[in-house]
Amino acid sequence: MNQPPIHEGTPRADLGVGLFVVLLGLATLYAAWAIPESPLYAQVGAKAIPYLVGVILVGLGIGLSVSAARGGWSHGLEEAMAAPPTNWRAIGLLGAGLIVQLALIDWLGFVIAATIQYVLVCAAFGSRRPLRDLFIGIVVTLGAYLAFSRLLGVNIGAGVLEGII
Amino acid sequence: MDSVAGLAMGFANALTPINLGWALLGCFLGTAIGVLPGIGPALTIALLLPVTFKVEATGAFILFCGVFYGAMYGGSTTSILLNTPGESGSIITALEGAKMARNGRAGPALVTAAVGSFVAGTVGTLGISFIGPIVVDLALKLGPAEYFSLMLLCFVTVSAVLGGSALRGLTSLGFGLMLGLVGIDLQTGQPRLTFGIPELLDGVNVVLVAVALFAVGETLHLAWRHVEGGQEVREVGRLWMSRSDWRRSIGPWLRGSLLGFPFGVLPAGGTEMPTMLSYYAEQKMVKPEFRHEFGTTGAIEGVAGPEAANNAAAAGILVPMLTLGLPTSATAAIMLSAFQSYGIQPGPMLFTQQPVLVWTLIASLYIANVMLVVLNLPLVGLWARILKIPTPQLYAGILVFATIGTYGISNSVTDLVLLYGIGIVAMFMRRFDFPTAPVVIGMILGPMAEQALRQALTISQGDWTTFLTRPISASILALAAVALVGPRLWGAFRRPAVA
Repeated sequence: MNQPPIHEGTPRADLGVGLFVVLLGLATLYAAWAIPESPLYAQVGAKAIPYLVGVILVGLGIGLSVSAARGGWSHGLEEAMAAPPTNWRAIGLLGAGLIVQLALIDWLGFVIAATIQYVLVCAAFGSRRPLRDLFIGIVVTLGAYLAFSRLLGVNIGAGVLEGII
Repeated sequence: MDSVAGLAMGFANALTPINLGWALLGCFLGTAIGVLPGIGPALTIALLLPVTFKVEATGAFILFCGVFYGAMYGGSTTSILLNTPGESGSIITALEGAKMARNGRAGPALVTAAVGSFVAGTVGTLGISFIGPIVVDLALKLGPAEYFSLMLLCFVTVSAVLGGSALRGLTSLGFGLMLGLVGIDLQTGQPRLTFGIPELLDGVNVVLVAVALFAVGETLHLAWRHVEGGQEVREVGRLWMSRSDWRRSIGPWLRGSLLGFPFGVLPAGGTEMPTMLSYYAEQKMVKPEFRHEFGTTGAIEGVAGPEAANNAAAAGILVPMLTLGLPTSATAAIMLSAFQSYGIQPGPMLFTQQPVLVWTLIASLYIANVMLVVLNLPLVGLWARILKIPTPQLYAGILVFATIGTYGISNSVTDLVLLYGIGIVAMFMRRFDFPTAPVVIGMILGPMAEQALRQALTISQGDWTTFLTRPISASILALAAVALVGPRLWGAFRRPAVA
């Protein structure tokens, strides 16, 4: 058995999670405060439950932070401790795939945006044959587009390629 | 209406050629998607939801029953041949099943899983048909106060009782409750938590969140720690069980089914606990001459029992979903949102107002169950081939389908930003061991609980003690308190004794 590597930063990472939950709760509280007062009378108004959820989240976030300050919980997670190091190349390519989709879908349409996304995601997971992925990607996205728009009658918007077919 | 008359009507309706066709299509698609590694039943149903856009309600729900049972079955195939369980309920199946496959006994493992699913599905569906109407009779006596208390109980059991940590489970639930608040408040018409974004006025779509959590988050998490190199798919071999295999499987099938079903029915949410219990029970009860197979070469009892428990619990979850409208698993939450998209609200009124729909649905569960056992063993070669799709193409494809399914909801890039954003949150949730099912359940149950709370307080004219003075409501709340605090007290008492 290999000794799992000791991760120095784990309690700090856990603390980050706790603080994120506190922030989420504060954002909820702010949003609850911003809800306009209803002119209608109600036993429980529109603001009550959002306030409650915000308070709960802040409380849980504090609880998680306290737990992190006492050493955190990540060191008890086998999967996280035995995990290989962060694969920045894969995360970067995958992230690029997501951003490309967001940037291009309204402009060039689903088929082109998704095909580029397909090639990038394949590359992220270690595929070394981008041309083959491009070909498969076109077939898959075109198939998905036709299935959704023709077979199911779902509107997937208009784009450069979609206009031609 | 009593169960027998209801079932007769349901079968008469479900056995028409077109409805049989929907069931067959559902079984096929459910297994084909469910067999993909990392895809559990909840995601399978979410991804296949668009298929129902053009189908009328009854056909759509027959399709769903097939998808539901098919996805469960596909998941066990993946666990055995690839050792990658798609959901928590099949982790145990992977434990022994993958060991059997490594020792050249994939065939018997697949057969015992298939027949075990059939036995459990039959027990579970019989349970739904005969216990469902009883629960409905009880449920009709419940008012909004009792419903609110029941929902609180659900919240506690799905987030605080199961899983590694109550704190993390409740945080997941809180995140789900927050997402559920987004949109226009139904009672006052006020926009809530929309942060000025008009696309959020309609609320956040449950399917979007499920796809983000289970597909996008999973893909991101895999890429984060990705190491090159493929996984090995085990050969199926001969699909055949020896006489001894049969003898060894029958007991575990029945015990697993009987153990799993009640766990599903009670809002004790989830299939983890019954599958684990079944595994330990079979390990204890196995004949001494086979005991050494557990954990070494793989024991058939360790596949037959937990697989049956998993399927029976999954069927049991349909009881609170159909009769009370309470989803206690992510899969049930997605099904509930599918009902809602047809303007149908599951609950006791559904049985009285739309008996044809309900009983046709239950009848088609029987039909799907039979279809699957007949279909899947001959087709196992095809499912094994689906497993051989290489990782890059598989995850690229999953992401493309996640995107088109979400974009199809409202053609808005805002939805895609939400999809990927919640996906990133889900990636960190995976890393830091936050359960994802409570997010989906909180999101769909939260608004229902708020409505019940408001109705109860309107009836009681603002008197909050109504939850404690009504006896049924008070007992449910007491149960929820015990579920929340009990395990910790128990642990505190136990610790000195252990040390």
